Amino acid sequence: MRFDTPATTNPIDQGKVVGQRIHRIDGPLKTTGRAVYAYEWHDPNTRYAYGYVVGSAIAKGRIGSMDVSAAKQAPGVIAVVTSDGIGELKKGKYNTAKLFGGTEIQHYHQAIAVVVAETFEEARAAAALVKVDYAEQKGVFDLAAAKDTAVTPKEGEPDSAAGDFDAAFETAAVKFDQSYTTPDQSHAMMEPHASIAAWNGDDLTVWTSSQMIDWWRTDLATTLGIDKEKVHIMSPFIGGGFGCKLFLRADAVLAALAAREAKRPVKVALPRPFLMNNTTHRPATIQRIRIGAERNGRITAIAHESWSGDLPGGGPEVAVQQTRLLYAGANRMTATRLATLDLPEGNAMRAPGEAPGMMALEIAIDEVAERLGLDPVEFRIVNDTQVDPENRERPFSHRNLVGCLRTGAERFGWQDRNKQPGTRREGNWLVGMGVASAFRNNLVLPSGARVRLDREGIVTVETDMTDIGTGSYTIIAQTAAEMLGVPVDKVAVSLGDSRFPVSSGSGGQFGGNCSTAGVYAACVKLREAVAQKLGFNSSDELTFAEGEVGAGDRRVPLAQAASDESLVVEDRIEFGDLDKTHQQSTFGAHFVEVGVDVATGETRIRRMLAVCGAGRILNPITARSQVIGAMTMGVGGALSEELVVDKERGFFVNHDLAAYEVPVHADIPHQEVIFLDETDPMSSPMKAKGIAELGLCGVAAAVANGIYNATGIRVREYPITLDKLINELPEVS
Amino acid sequence: MQSPGALEISRRDLLVASAATVTVASTASLSHSQTNAPAASQSTKVSFTVNGERRELQLDNRTTLLDALREHLHLTGTKKGCDHGQCGACTVLIDGRRVNACLTLAAMHEGEGITTIEGLGQPGSLHPMQAAFVEHDGFQCGYCTPGQICSSVAMLEEMKVNIPSHATGDLLAPAEVTPAEIRERMSGNICRCGAYSNIVQAITEVAGRKA
Ligand code: FES
Ligand code: FES
Repeated sequence: MRFDTPATTNPIDQGKVVGQRIHRIDGPLKTTGRAVYAYEWHDPNTRYAYGYVVGSAIAKGRIGSMDVSAAKQAPGVIAVVTSDGIGELKKGKYNTAKLFGGTEIQHYHQAIAVVVAETFEEARAAAALVKVDYAEQKGVFDLAAAKDTAVTPKEGEPDSAAGDFDAAFETAAVKFDQSYTTPDQSHAMMEPHASIAAWNGDDLTVWTSSQMIDWWRTDLATTLGIDKEKVHIMSPFIGGGFGCKLFLRADAVLAALAAREAKRPVKVALPRPFLMNNTTHRPATIQRIRIGAERNGRITAIAHESWSGDLPGGGPEVAVQQTRLLYAGANRMTATRLATLDLPEGNAMRAPGEAPGMMALEIAIDEVAERLGLDPVEFRIVNDTQVDPENRERPFSHRNLVGCLRTGAERFGWQDRNKQPGTRREGNWLVGMGVASAFRNNLVLPSGARVRLDREGIVTVETDMTDIGTGSYTIIAQTAAEMLGVPVDKVAVSLGDSRFPVSSGSGGQFGGNCSTAGVYAACVKLREAVAQKLGFNSSDELTFAEGEVGAGDRRVPLAQAASDESLVVEDRIEFGDLDKTHQQSTFGAHFVEVGVDVATGETRIRRMLAVCGAGRILNPITARSQVIGAMTMGVGGALSEELVVDKERGFFVNHDLAAYEVPVHADIPHQEVIFLDETDPMSSPMKAKGIAELGLCGVAAAVANGIYNATGIRVREYPITLDKLINELPEVS
Repeated sequence: MQSPGALEISRRDLLVASAATVTVASTASLSHSQTNAPAASQSTKVSFTVNGERRELQLDNRTTLLDALREHLHLTGTKKGCDHGQCGACTVLIDGRRVNACLTLAAMHEGEGITTIEGLGQPGSLHPMQAAFVEHDGFQCGYCTPGQICSSVAMLEEMKVNIPSHATGDLLAPAEVTPAEIRERMSGNICRCGAYSNIVQAITEVAGRKA
């Protein structure tokens, strides 16, 4: 099905199942420990071997030699596969750093060997016996120091401009010019990367933890130099990803190579400390924002520049992209610059670009509002735009940022905020409120599905879509149930298997809308097949409801269409250019109340509210969970998350969950989420848009602005740890 | 009495000093990890009950309780999130007390009674805490969830017998199941999906139901 004209009324609009508060259909499995994740596949007739990874102890250079003799003789060892022994492997399309193979070291903890043994304990002990001689080279690890060497990236749109920024800024009544930094961040999802690989002749099956089944399948085939058709990937449950499982990772490659060598299925999990330096991270940024405004609050000039670093061949963190679209202003420019760094690969983490971009932009907006003497909510509303500010012919498909801000201000009690920073004191606490806009584009990708109706009236959906905690199982079941007029418990959903039609996968907050649109397309086809089978005329106005198909007076049980054999159809949604003619984005507003301990500078979050306008909400329960999870991650970004770079040796020092501090229970208060009641017919037949990344964009800035309101201290370098506040806090009395 | 100025300096110095310590310690342990001495595999026979069933295993001495459950008994409901005692995903109950199964060797639990998430309830007959997690959507990816549920079940028992926490104001008064107490006591269980707000509601409901 091609989607190239705005959606009109369709069965999803009935809203009998879609849009309802339906509990996760995988909930009973997950809460009882019966959901099976990658490392947990177990065939009682198979003797699995265990692989343990060895990572490079240097950040840049070459392997001089590796001595694996002691490891090979260690108890239980079956095989040792080394990167210098195996030679260069082809790199997959989506990776920047190679995952394994060859003697060149590109980053710290890059995989250089896998030791296979009968047990996990034996493999781990033997891995410690691998001796490596390195020829170390000097690397570049400090973004601030490398900033002046940054170049214009060759791909994407590194520069944008409209009007004449320089002239308008020069003559603006109010001029603002500030710089901000955001640190390297780690996805830190709870399930570490893990794979089990099993060869059967030339056929390879890999149980793994992947957000994008087809990308992994393609890149694993490329890396191993085998035909993609020979690779079978399974990933039905994924313990979180946040972007870290978008692209093929070392565990799958090592498991496949190790299993080939050991001639047995091999299990490989990356130990937790490998997550930070072996895989990918969100790159640090340095950002400069300039805003020129009239005294009445209208922005006349806005500029946003960003610098980040990555390995050779890598890409920038596109932290300026939201600034091209979020606020009005006739004269504007953005620029993205990229330095070469020898740190581990920088890549997508939840709301790549927009999350760190909004961390800076939304502080800047708060600062300018204060300079103008305007309420920060009003200042944002004054500068709302209903068209792409760079191309005023191009409207937003649907945009209600103003509604988000106004609803949030009212529900949060924004009018009680003290305008004068540092003036609300409750015991030891300085209390303040902060606000930020939320903004993230809506992306559309083709997505396929297969649907089957059997004689019991059970509808089975198969797609290689993944559920990384997002609720895909549930919203896909809801979609099929709505389309075919059956209750959710008559729908079975199978996901994450490369034998199923290729879907959008999970990333960029496109998965929910696109994968359900793919299921919608397949269900439209199934409805046609059912109608034909049951002898309805193609001109009949058909209803699918309560397990029956009807037209006029005639009603037939749905299952009857499959009485002699199951009906199976397959289709995919493909998108025309509605996302080009119209800017499709999602909007929101974050409100946060913080307390800052006047003696220690410790910040505590007291209240949080998000208001989101993101098209049709397919399931208010799972959508809300996406948003509160993102708000939680935003608090981490504001207050504690930072990969600390060892600028001499070139690695992230705090590579575990004790030292890389993500929020815990005690850090997070009760969270409120409000969804505006809206649909976006431009996005897909589902009229839904993304939500999972929107929820993160702006949160950290709302916290930062709240801290400023509480203390009068403006911190422009994330995370806002107490050492950055303590010197300027009022004297303790 | 210190002057405010002196206090300020000491606070700042303390921060700098502790940050430096963290750096040195991490670096040192790293290089060390590449040069461990070989260890011959030695095994021990251990028997304990798991979810009411008596189990006997011959295990490499280095086998953690977590790996004994997951790799030897194939009870994979108990998760490995870090293997370092930093995340709580591996929380199980040993004789009713919550324990990080990755931080303890299986051989140390001879004769003890272990309860895992599989022992609390099954699909179709959920433990009240499991049902409350489903009801309040106290999870997303589900990977921290068995640990959160085991931890919260044991945590409510700890409160019943008045074991205090950092959030407890009056040590002599009976412990009260407040959101602050729940958050403090559950802080050893990380949820990167960020379901905390919902988890606290689920636990509150179960605590209220019991009371
Ligand atoms: S796996 Fe045991 S605490 Fe993380
Ligand atoms: S549900 Fe994913 S980590 Fe808690």
